[in-house]
Amino acid sequence: MNGFRTLLGWALVGAVAGTLALAGADVFVARAADPIKIGLGMALTGGLSANGKPALMAIQIWKDDVNKKGGLLGRPVELIAYDDQTNPATVPGIYTKLLEVDKVDFVVSGYGTNLIAPLMPIAMERKLTIMGILGLANNEKYKYPSYFQIQPSGPDPEANWATGFFEIAARQNPKPQTIALVGADAEYPRHAIAGARELVKKFGFKTVYDKSYPPSTVDYTPIARAIKAVSPDIVFVASYPPDSVGMVRASAEIGLQPKIFGGGMVGLQFTTVMTSLGPMLNGIVNYDFWAPESTMMFPGIKEFFAEYQKRAKEAGVDPLGYYLPPYAYSAVQILGLAIEGGKSLDQQKVADYIRSNEFSTIVGKVRFGPNGEWAKSRVLQVQYQGIKGTDVEQFRVPGKKVVLYPEEFKSGTVIYPYSAAQK
Amino acid sequence: MFTWDLLANAVVAGILLGGFYAAVSLGVSLTFGLLDVVNIAHPAFVILGAYAAYVMNSSFGLDPILTGVLFTPLFYALGAGVYRIYYSSFERRGEESLRGLVFFFGLLFIIEVALSLKYGVDYRLVEAAYIGKSIDLGGVGIAFRLLVPCVVGLLMTLALSLFLSRTFYGRAVMGVSQDQVALRLMGANPVRIKTIAFGIGIAAASLSGALLITISPVVPSTDRDYIGRVFAITVLGGLGSVGGTLVASIILGVAESLMATLFGPSWSLAVSFGILLLALAVRPAGLFGR
Repeated sequence: MNGFRTLLGWALVGAVAGTLALAGADVFVARAADPIKIGLGMALTGGLSANGKPALMAIQIWKDDVNKKGGLLGRPVELIAYDDQTNPATVPGIYTKLLEVDKVDFVVSGYGTNLIAPLMPIAMERKLTIMGILGLANNEKYKYPSYFQIQPSGPDPEANWATGFFEIAARQNPKPQTIALVGADAEYPRHAIAGARELVKKFGFKTVYDKSYPPSTVDYTPIARAIKAVSPDIVFVASYPPDSVGMVRASAEIGLQPKIFGGGMVGLQFTTVMTSLGPMLNGIVNYDFWAPESTMMFPGIKEFFAEYQKRAKEAGVDPLGYYLPPYAYSAVQILGLAIEGGKSLDQQKVADYIRSNEFSTIVGKVRFGPNGEWAKSRVLQVQYQGIKGTDVEQFRVPGKKVVLYPEEFKSGTVIYPYSAAQK
Repeated sequence: MFTWDLLANAVVAGILLGGFYAAVSLGVSLTFGLLDVVNIAHPAFVILGAYAAYVMNSSFGLDPILTGVLFTPLFYALGAGVYRIYYSSFERRGEESLRGLVFFFGLLFIIEVALSLKYGVDYRLVEAAYIGKSIDLGGVGIAFRLLVPCVVGLLMTLALSLFLSRTFYGRAVMGVSQDQVALRLMGANPVRIKTIAFGIGIAAASLSGALLITISPVVPSTDRDYIGRVFAITVLGGLGSVGGTLVASIILGVAESLMATLFGPSWSLAVSFGILLLALAVRPAGLFGR
C-alpha cells in the first residue's frame, strides 16, 4: 500500500512538473513568436502623401521580405503605421501612442524634413534610435547620436545638397558668372538655398537674384520673367512639386534660357510629373537619388522595383518609384540588419551597431557619419536628355536621366548650355 | 530691376491670373454671397472637377476644359442634392450657422479622402495642345495655359451676370438673398430657387477645377490652398456681386503678379490680404457690396 502511495505521489509530482514544464515552454514559444513591432507616422493624406504612400509601401515590402526569411532574431516583424496627414502637429501624438499604447520596439520617422523635426525631441527624451526618411539637415542643431538619415545628403547636408550642381556649372567653359537663386518659403527650400548661397561664395559666382515665394503661388510666370530680366547664367531652383512644375512650364513659356537650370527641384523625379512635362525637361540638371543607369544597379534593386511596381499599379501611386521608395526600404533594411547584427532590441546597442558598421542595401553601400548623415554625400545630379513625347516607357531605360555627378556613378556627359539640350 | 516691359508683362499676367481666380470664386459669390450658405467645401468641388477633367483627359484624351463644360450638368445635380441634404438637416431647423459649417467641413474632408482612396495621392496633370505654348504681343508674352482659363473665367462671369439680371430664376435668386417672405408671396419657392442657385455654384466650381488642372498639378489636398483665397475675393468684391468678384479677382491677381515681378514673390500674398483689410476698413461691405 505504502509502495502504491509512493508511486502515486511521484506520479503526481511528475505530472505537476511536466505541466509546469510544458506551460513554461508555451510561454517561451509565445515570447519567441511575439512580433518585433516597428511603428511610424506617414503622410498618407495631405501635401506630401504622393511620397508618403509609396514610402510606406516600400517599408511594407521590406517587412514581407524579412518575414519570408524568418523575421528578425527568429521573430516576425509587425508594422504599425498611422497617417500624419502631412501635419507636423500630429507627430507627437502619433509617436506617443506608438510607444505608450502600441508598445512598439522601434520607430521610424515619417517622410520629409517638416515631419521629422517634431519627432526629434521625443526621440532624444526617450533615447530612441531613429531612422529618418528623407529629411534635410534635421540633426544639425541637435547633434543627437542615435539619429540616422537615409537621404544621401552627406556630412554637411545643406552644402552637399547642391555641390554637384555647382561643380558641374563651374567646370563649363567659358565658366558661367552670374546666378539666380529662387525657392519656396518652406523648410526644405530654405535649407537648400542656404547651402547654395555658401556654394555661390565658394565657386565665385555673382548672385543677381535671390528671392523666395509662398508655397501656394499659382502662377510662376512673373517670377520666371523677373529672373529673365536679370539674365543669369545659372538658375538654381529649390522647390516642391507644384512649384517645380510651375517654374518649368513658366520658364518654357517665356523663354527663360540660362546656361544651366535646375538644382534642387523636388517633383521632377516623380513619374506623373516627368510624363506630363515631357520634352520641357530636356537640359534641366537636377538632384536625384536614383536613375535606371548601369552605374546605379545595386544588388536587390531590380527585385525591389519588380515588387514595388506591381503593388503601385493597384495602389495608384508613383508607377516607377525611383525616387523615395528604395531609400525608405533601405532605411528599415539597415534597422533590420542592425537588430540582427547586434542581436539585440536595445536602442543603444542598435544605434551603436548602425554607427560603427557599413551596410549593403538596395541603394548601395551605406555608412553613417557622426551627425547621422551619410559619411559621404551621394546626392546625384542628373540631366534630362533626349526626352520625346510623354510616354512613360522611355523613363525605364538608361539615357534619359543621365547621371553627371558624383564621378563614380557618372553615366554620361552634360549637354551645355541648357538650350543645346532642347534642340 | 524695373522696365516698362516688365511692368506690362506683370500687369497682363495678373489680369490672366485674376480671370482664373474669378472662375474659382464665382460659386462662392453665389452660395455664400447671395444664399448665405457658408460652403467651405467649395474648393473640394473645384478639385473634384479637376479630377473629372484628369480622368477624361488621361483615359479618352478629352480636352480638360471641354470636359469641365460637359460635366457641369452632373455637378449641378450633385450641388442641388447637397443643398437638399443641407436644407433638410440644418437650414430648415435653423441650425445652419455652426452645424452647417461643420457639415461642409465634413464634406470637404470626405471628398478629399474619397479622391485619395480612388485615385491615390500622386500629382495629377493634364495634357492639351495649348499647355506650354505662348504668344508674344509687342513684348508682352501670354501663356495659353493662363489665357484659356482667363477667357473661360470671363465668360463664366458674363454668363452668371446675365443669368442673374435677365432671367426669371436669376432675379428670383437675387430676391431670395433680399427677402424670402416677399419672394414666397410672389409665388416662388425659396428652397427651390436656392437649390437651383447652389447647383449652379457647384457646377461653376467643377468647371473652374478643369481650369485649375490646366494651370498646375493637383492632388486631393490642393483644395486647402484655395479656401482663404476664394472667400477673401468674395468678401473684397462685395457679397453677392458677380462683377465685384471679377474686379476683386483681378485686383488680387495683379497685386500678386506685380509683387512677384518687381519686389519679390514672398510678399505677394501678404500684400493681397493687406489690400483686403484696407478695402474692408474703408468699405466694410466690400468694393461693390450693398
